[in-house]
Amino acid sequence: MKMKKSKVLLAGLATAALALTGCSSNGGGEGDGEGTGEGGDISIALVSKGFQHQFWQSVKQGAEEEAEAQGVSITFDGPAAETQVDSQLQMLQTAIDNRPDAIGYAALDPKACIPLFEQAKAADIPVVQFDAACESDYGNYLAATDGVAAGAVAAEHMAEAIGGEGKVGIVGHSQINSTGVERRDGFVEYLEENFPDIEIVDIQYGDGDHLKSADIAKAMLSAHPDLAGLYGTNEGSAIGIVNAANELGLEQGKVAIVGFDSGSAQIEAIKNGDMLGAVTQDPKSIGKITVQSALALINGEEVEEFTDTGSFWYDAENIDSEEIQAMIYE
Amino acid sequence: MSEAKTAAPKGSLNWKSWIQQGLAVGTLVLLFIFFSIMNPNFMQWSNISGILLATAGIGIMALGTTFVIATGGIDLSIGTGSTLAAVMTGVFAVNMGLPAWLGVLLGIASGALMGFINGFNVAFLRIPPFIATLAMMMVAQGLGLVLSGVAPIYFTEISWFSGIALGELIPGLPNGVLIMFVLAILAWVVLSRTKFGRIDLAIGSNEEATRLSGISTKRWTVLIYSVAGVFTAIAGIVMASRLSSAQPQMGVGLELQAIAAVIIGGTSLMGGRASIIGTVIGALIMSVLINGLRIMGVQSEWQFVASGVVIAIAVWFDSLRNRGSST
Repeated sequence: MKMKKSKVLLAGLATAALALTGCSSNGGGEGDGEGTGEGGDISIALVSKGFQHQFWQSVKQGAEEEAEAQGVSITFDGPAAETQVDSQLQMLQTAIDNRPDAIGYAALDPKACIPLFEQAKAADIPVVQFDAACESDYGNYLAATDGVAAGAVAAEHMAEAIGGEGKVGIVGHSQINSTGVERRDGFVEYLEENFPDIEIVDIQYGDGDHLKSADIAKAMLSAHPDLAGLYGTNEGSAIGIVNAANELGLEQGKVAIVGFDSGSAQIEAIKNGDMLGAVTQDPKSIGKITVQSALALINGEEVEEFTDTGSFWYDAENIDSEEIQAMIYE
Repeated sequence: MSEAKTAAPKGSLNWKSWIQQGLAVGTLVLLFIFFSIMNPNFMQWSNISGILLATAGIGIMALGTTFVIATGGIDLSIGTGSTLAAVMTGVFAVNMGLPAWLGVLLGIASGALMGFINGFNVAFLRIPPFIATLAMMMVAQGLGLVLSGVAPIYFTEISWFSGIALGELIPGLPNGVLIMFVLAILAWVVLSRTKFGRIDLAIGSNEEATRLSGISTKRWTVLIYSVAGVFTAIAGIVMASRLSSAQPQMGVGLELQAIAAVIIGGTSLMGGRASIIGTVIGALIMSVLINGLRIMGVQSEWQFVASGVVIAIAVWFDSLRNRGSST
């Protein structure tokens, strides 16, 4: 009785397996017939730092648009939080195991990725990088915003708004990953070099979390009632500062608030004057150039080692311009 | 027989929890004095009200969790669960365009449903609370992302929504804080003056005996987790109100802060002993500590270390007292 049952099961499994392989070979055949010469079989696996923030959704959009235009297929994956270095590495591992034609990677941690890059090299998979680089010798092609330059842009406008003197605080989003570090250092270095009368009184990190950043900003404003400006190094940090000012009932302009990236809350704050302005990157270009570079590598063409996708200041005056509108996202 | 059972732990509960609360209050007062000396700006009302508002979300979550921990259980799903409830509120009130008050009620109902499932899994399917609620924590995080379309849902169209946390029925006191205190009073009455509270603690001190005395402990457990789910949802809505939006990535990690607040407040992880006042004070200790360190300009890294040390000391006191009473 028992034997019979297991035999039936086996037979069933075998039929299922046959059916499946039949299907897939069929599908493969069709693909071969159509795809030759068009590059329709080229696949690029993008492993991003995340997908929850609008910024990454824009990168994804830019990459998808370019992929469609070029007739290649892409996958876009990323961990749930930008602290999950571990799960991001697993995604990269999976991508390598899938043997795509190229991989695009945005390193959450510049060192942890090195062994996996060696694997990709051994497997002969070309790698391009976006947003933040891995410190490996392989795949040295990066499309990203120059974070130090972007931080300096924020500092320049902050200094102008507060008249070149006073106390300034920074609400950072990370003291570990390169964007957080560069945007902070670019800001700090610019002020130290050009405006000795501006004192940076405090730098704290809110992980880009809106509530945590708001609480940090409130504490800074309480500790330094004469604070002239606050700088938030990403969307969540910036919105946190704006919320803090609103919750404390500060009058507009008492503290100059400079932010980073966009998102509808930040756009709204800039339009209604709660916020002085912000530095935006060009996330769609990051996605687009990543796909372009990957394709170039696949085709054996030359690729620049670093492409600065640019950082741009926007405020109430130029926010509606076409140039800015193409870069910011709701 | 059942009377004697409930009477005995209650009597010993009182002086025990008084000591723990005394310790907790003492810690809170010490922290206040210390930070005021370090930076006089600490004592300004705007900062105090900032501390209270920062406490509201975690505090409300912690109140609900107190009931769960009192049974000897745990609820890890409160952090991401609060996010899911906020997202659900957004889905109903914004995406589906239902009346906003109904959206808020349905958001709270979804919290109750999460709690119900937790309770059911714990009581009837016999999944250990740690695992059952860990699973819910992941499910809630995933569903929150899916339902929100991985983007914030903004409540800016609903004019009164931000008033839930930020309005001031009592001038100078944000409503979110008021909600926390009202819920705390409610929870205190329920825990110390009602059948629900008695059974809650009885399950925690001896579930088997409670069941043998003719109480359907399984059903009560489901009810207790459901009530905790309601608190979780309210916490999520209060936090969403502060942001005028449901942020799908908010809430991760808050569960541990809320649980720490409960334990600092003198509720026993083993169950059978709970204190609502303690929970509120525990939550306040956590946020006073963080705020004070921020005001002093202590590096973020050291703030984590300091919070960890405070939790360890608080629970160490707790275990010392347990050892003392058993000998």
